[in-house]
Amino acid sequence: MNTVPTAPLLEVDNLQVEFKTRRGIARVLDGISLSLSAGETLGIVGESGCGKSMTALSIMGLVPQPPGRIAGGEIKLSGEELLGATERRMRQIRGNEISMIFQEPMTSLNPVYTVGDQIAETVIEHEGLSSHEAMNRATEMLRAVKIPAPEQRVRECPHQLSGGMRQRVMIAMALACRPQVLIADEPTTALDVTVQAQVFDLLKDLQEISKTTIILITHDMGAIAEMADRVAVMYAGRIIETGSVQDILRDPQHPYTQGLISCVPHLVRDPPAERPVLLEIPGVVPPLTDLGQGCAFEPRCARSQARCRTEKPKSRETTSDHLCACWAVEEEASA
Amino acid sequence: MQLLSILVQRIGYAVALLIAVIIFNFILLSLVPGDIAETLAGEAGGASPEVMEQIRKSYGLDQPFYVQLFNYVTRVLQGDLGTSYYFNVPVTELILERVGPTLLLVTTALLIAIVVGTLLGVIAAQNPNGWFSHLVTILALVGFSAPVFWTAFMLIVLFVSILGILPLTGMVNPTTESGTLKWYLEVAHHLVLPSLSLASVYVAQYSRLARASMMDILGSDYIRTARAKGLSQRKVIYKHGLRNAVIPVITIAGLQFSYIFSGAVVIETVFNWPGLGTLALDAILRSDTPTIMGILFFSALVVIVFNLLTDMACRIADPRIRSSRNA
Amino acid sequence: MADTSSDERTITGDVKVTIEHPFTEFLRMYFKNIAAVLAFICFTVIVLVAILGPLLTDLDPFRIVWMPIAPPGQDGFLLGTDSLGRSIAVQILYGARASLAVGAAAAAITLVIGLLVGSLAGYYRGWVDEALMRVTEFFQVLPPLLLSMVLVGLFSPTLQTVVFAIGVVSWTGVARLARAEFMKIRELEYVKAARSIGSKDARIIWRVILPNALPPLIVTAALTVGAAILFEAALSFLGLSDPNIVSWGKIIGDNRDYFLEAPWTVIFPGLAIFVTVLCINLIGDGLNDAFNPKLRER
Repeated sequence: MNTVPTAPLLEVDNLQVEFKTRRGIARVLDGISLSLSAGETLGIVGESGCGKSMTALSIMGLVPQPPGRIAGGEIKLSGEELLGATERRMRQIRGNEISMIFQEPMTSLNPVYTVGDQIAETVIEHEGLSSHEAMNRATEMLRAVKIPAPEQRVRECPHQLSGGMRQRVMIAMALACRPQVLIADEPTTALDVTVQAQVFDLLKDLQEISKTTIILITHDMGAIAEMADRVAVMYAGRIIETGSVQDILRDPQHPYTQGLISCVPHLVRDPPAERPVLLEIPGVVPPLTDLGQGCAFEPRCARSQARCRTEKPKSRETTSDHLCACWAVEEEASA
Repeated sequence: MQLLSILVQRIGYAVALLIAVIIFNFILLSLVPGDIAETLAGEAGGASPEVMEQIRKSYGLDQPFYVQLFNYVTRVLQGDLGTSYYFNVPVTELILERVGPTLLLVTTALLIAIVVGTLLGVIAAQNPNGWFSHLVTILALVGFSAPVFWTAFMLIVLFVSILGILPLTGMVNPTTESGTLKWYLEVAHHLVLPSLSLASVYVAQYSRLARASMMDILGSDYIRTARAKGLSQRKVIYKHGLRNAVIPVITIAGLQFSYIFSGAVVIETVFNWPGLGTLALDAILRSDTPTIMGILFFSALVVIVFNLLTDMACRIADPRIRSSRNA
Repeated sequence: MADTSSDERTITGDVKVTIEHPFTEFLRMYFKNIAAVLAFICFTVIVLVAILGPLLTDLDPFRIVWMPIAPPGQDGFLLGTDSLGRSIAVQILYGARASLAVGAAAAAITLVIGLLVGSLAGYYRGWVDEALMRVTEFFQVLPPLLLSMVLVGLFSPTLQTVVFAIGVVSWTGVARLARAEFMKIRELEYVKAARSIGSKDARIIWRVILPNALPPLIVTAALTVGAAILFEAALSFLGLSDPNIVSWGKIIGDNRDYFLEAPWTVIFPGLAIFVTVLCINLIGDGLNDAFNPKLRER
């Protein structure tokens, strides 16, 4: 799809984030590298606690410090380094060049202000509009996210809206300043299935108009199939496989990715008779304070080898633009 | 609109509460050993049984209980609280003369408590393990545990005995003409110590409450949203956090208003503040029953009106409860 | 990130999970709180002094022993004398009894009324709740101190009247708390189970729900004692207490007119009240933290 090689809009290189916990230092992100070009949608998938949201918060510059600490790496937006940027500069970027929508639309809006106030606030902050102009923009944005009767809704408070409506308000708020990058952190997890589809359709429509780059964080492979151009699969703070959405869904390399995809029945486009038995990945994500030397997935992996316990696998290209970090896969390829 | 219909409903309920207070007063009166006739006769230095009968009749004491009750309620609702035994003037008149200073003291103290308490709590919450937060916690414990009249005496030691910058007692120099600028300044000057003393207890409570709720708020999703918008830390805290943190404080202040009023009674007697509290103590020590009952009724009225106001304030501050029937 | 503790046990498997008895856990949590432990020791000393105090001195608190308003430290009068020349130290020693006893008795009445009203309202809901909450709201409208002043003034200023007057005006907070707890717990499975096997209401209220509602109620009980001591102090400060019994508030009230010349007559008895109530509040905080170990980690 969008594989025209352009200079990347957003680049994350070898990002390391640590958290101080009562049980020691947890390496929450361990060498995350991502690259996004304009207008592209990158899906980040993985189980809860694998570091998806922390990646997003790092890009926003919102990692709580302490207990968190950026231990290394680079985050560049159109070539500008964000990790060392001043708080003042980061505030200009947040909500203006990069914005974010969150998982919980029920609690992500301030209950005591009208939705119009909350959308207008962003515009006033970044574009210096008068409050009247900003309110007009808010109404416009509500119309753009297809909320009926926006002139009236703009004066309502969050508790008067349904969950789906609130997530639309969040989207309106995030897009109000026409950001270059939109990070959507599990935007539909808290919503009904029918509403989920509507929200994704809306995001796609809006992206077509505005050419916004989207990072979609989810654990839902269906959402990935529908939205993403490229996919990064995360496990225990690392990206273990990345590639185009077709490559990842049709030809997953990493045992973990294979497990993830076989967990979802309708994605496998085989006729019913040939459909494999639904698999389950045994075990849970290990504690991040206690990762050891080898591959973090090793204890749960069916293809585990001696080397997996002692040495962390490096990312290798399997086919063009399809990277995978797994000793077993690498061995197979070289064999 | 909706708010108005709730207001009307609340006022109706307030009137019902008020009538309940009047009935309670009447029952309390009839439980007191002896009756008005005996008290009056006692004041007059004794009386013959005929005179006693005469007095009873003139006060309607020979009538059945429910008739007396009905008459009492009607009279009070018309604003007639009887005549003071001791001052020999209508109780309503006495009270209206004294209610201003009390309201001034109570509202000043309350405003200090809400503003200072919330701010202390909000600042402390931003660094819950910092020295300021610990200081606020300790101050809260101290303010909470000290008897309010003792705090007042300690403040007197500091500001009157040692620093000598504040007046000891009273509200205004009696020779100052009322309504002049000098009069206002004098009142303000005299108001500082009593209102600070009274506020100390509630500053303690509210800072604790605001600290706890602000800590919850700072971890909430909408604060994260506000940060993600690129707002400054100040705006995040004072626009998005503060308003949510002040709601529980106002709610508690409303619920506790009768306690603050109680505290004012003690503080007034310490500072000789010419309000309802000093009047109440005088009346109780002199067994001036009509005045006592009048003050009790009137205090309840003040509390009810104030509860109504805080209820409405909360509804305006918090849209979630704006249209709910119960506060 | 910080909340992986329970998971970790299941994964690694070899971590020994020792289950602590709730009471030992409670004690361990309480004793971790140094302020609460010190407060407990201090409060125990105060109670002992109140009980044994009169044995420690042969002086009568009402006896005039020296010249009026003598400053502390002179001629063996540790804390000086009051406006009539009575020893402040001896009065504080004797006053501890009245202050603590009235505080405890009034708190007991407060708790009994509050618990009764709150548990019935919270358990039965419906019209019982409606009626009892109206009564509660009624009592919240009357300024408590003023009402108890009126009660003491209208009847007689004896110890019993004071105790009753404090108890009868301060129960509303306890009632609201008990109601909220009962309403919450009555919806839980084990209460439904008890009801489904046909247990009587009284049994469910006192044997099933109450024990589970105890932690917040015990904390409130501690705070109620502190509040009652402050309440008694205010009443006796205003001169509305038994004139024949010394209490801390009364010492201050007796000497208030001489306060500027003899501040010690007010400072020391007030300090006694303050320290006692502070200890009780610290104990209450300690109990609260020990009952809710999770809250403490924030």
